Amino acid sequence: MISSESRARFEQEVAKYPADQRQSAVMACLAIAQQEIGYVSAEAEAEIAEFLGMAPMAVHEVTTFYNMYNQRPVGKYKLNVCTNLPCQLRDGARALRHLEKKLGISMGESTDDGMFTLQQCECLGACADSPVLLVNDRTMCSFMTEEKLDQLVDGLRAAEGNA
Amino acid sequence: MNPQQVLGQFRATGLETCFHGRHIGAQILDGLDGSNWCLKDYEARGGYQALRRILGVDGSEGLTPDQVIAAVKESALRGRGGAGFPTGLKWSFMPRQFPGQKYLVCNSDEGEPGTCKDRDILQFNPHIVIEGMIIAAYAMGITVGYNYIHGEIFQTYDRFEDALREARAAGLLGDRILGSSLNFQLHAAHGFGAYICGEETALLESLEGKKGQPRFKPPFPASFGLYGKPTTVNNTETFAAVPWIIRNGAQAYLQCGKPNNGGTKIYSVSGDVERPGNYEIPMGTPFSVLLELAGGVRTGRQLKAVIPGGSSAPVLPASIMMDCTMDYDSIAKAGSMLGSGAVIVMDDSRCMVKSLQRLSYFYMHESCGQCTPCREGTGWLSRVVDRIENGQGRQADMDLLDNVAENIQGRTICALGDAAAMPVRAMIKHFRPEFEYHVANKTCMVPAYV
Repeated sequence: MISSESRARFEQEVAKYPADQRQSAVMACLAIAQQEIGYVSAEAEAEIAEFLGMAPMAVHEVTTFYNMYNQRPVGKYKLNVCTNLPCQLRDGARALRHLEKKLGISMGESTDDGMFTLQQCECLGACADSPVLLVNDRTMCSFMTEEKLDQLVDGLRAAEGNA
Repeated sequence: MNPQQVLGQFRATGLETCFHGRHIGAQILDGLDGSNWCLKDYEARGGYQALRRILGVDGSEGLTPDQVIAAVKESALRGRGGAGFPTGLKWSFMPRQFPGQKYLVCNSDEGEPGTCKDRDILQFNPHIVIEGMIIAAYAMGITVGYNYIHGEIFQTYDRFEDALREARAAGLLGDRILGSSLNFQLHAAHGFGAYICGEETALLESLEGKKGQPRFKPPFPASFGLYGKPTTVNNTETFAAVPWIIRNGAQAYLQCGKPNNGGTKIYSVSGDVERPGNYEIPMGTPFSVLLELAGGVRTGRQLKAVIPGGSSAPVLPASIMMDCTMDYDSIAKAGSMLGSGAVIVMDDSRCMVKSLQRLSYFYMHESCGQCTPCREGTGWLSRVVDRIENGQGRQADMDLLDNVAENIQGRTICALGDAAAMPVRAMIKHFRPEFEYHVANKTCMVPAYV
């Protein structure tokens, strides 16, 4: 069940569009649902479909088309490292490999404690800041040297009382 | 520290990319320091004066919509998103007398690899985009607009929402703007990870709450756009250029660039330079000057190649690039395109096969799957480049790559097919011996890196 707080945010998004175009808010609603429950569940899709007056399949089409929607549960912190060419030229791939080693997982996997999911991603639009990674879709971390990557992972583990 | 504090330590400040004091004649990024993005700061820099002048609420007689469009035409402002289409001409295509709803859309879905300029504009100077959009809305008789922002830059999306709230509270957006008869509602929307949505009709589909699959053109958005209504789509930087043109005059704008290429342009310089970042310089500035602003090629290295306009632009060898000036016409004449102004610099340690491998993977990953030549062709290109990089290539592969690319180009609904094909063909054209060496020797001509 999507919380009433998220539902209030849905209303704000729907209000941006003409009354007969509620579907336009689907991208935002899915992102809000993901922020609340960590991924886009079938139940969330069904609720959003009903809220916006869409066919559930039309909502699912959107979920599966856009890279950032999680179609299954992910770790508490999803780390997306850009390895596209401008980042590849500035240690983007090295950052990804460093995190693989640090977390003991391969890209696409999650740590056993459910804390981290590591993914390779396409251009984040922050090419001059490389190496860059995006944490949980909303926080961009820039100039991530190996030292800073260690600080990030260790810092988050400490903050979660899991050092 | 709590988790948010931990993450906050790594947030970009813009010091490296924007506030380095290395712009030349900046019009959009001028006077910014990272904290002065608010309405009061923007107004202190002369912001919203252009709007006041047009509406005649500053005591002047105002400008008619026709006069605004004429000024934008005269300025030779060309679309900053990639195509370089004359902005004033695009605005004149809008059927101003159309009786129903019309829409204005800002394309901030900045995902062309190498490009990070719109992020800095929206993050550090959001009101300049809002003012540009209000002026455009006035010129084309539009009352509703959306700014579609790259989903990956959510902090920037939040910033733009904050700026919208300020503008609404100050009577700069909404009904009867600044007491005039102008009405314009502006909202922010966001993507969520799809390169294709930078294509304007895919963006419109996405705004309608669908998969971002491009539409056939014609009909063009000016006649059938958002919700099937007349719509004008411009890039963020294009809108950001408009207030300066109105304040200082079309001729002044034209003169700071070169004929047919008005104004300044923000170049995102990435890759093998000492100071990657955004540099706002006049159109027509020599590439060598831009390279120097970006600190030059990394210490101890020589320039090998440059992709001058985002990853979709054909690569140019150093010798050709060093003779270019940074404007649409010069780069086109050299056989590439200025595109979004994303300059990807590669030094002599770079293997072109490995570089192309990453780009080809990207286009395969981001093809929307609608057109067969692109859906199948991008995968084919990627697999062939992959096998060359991995020492399993054949000498016939270079011709095969060129042939597959040729058969994608011009045979798809949108330009993603061309964008996937052009880098392949240019790499083969300019660096063929490197590919042949790879096949023959199963290894790189240049030392391994990364």
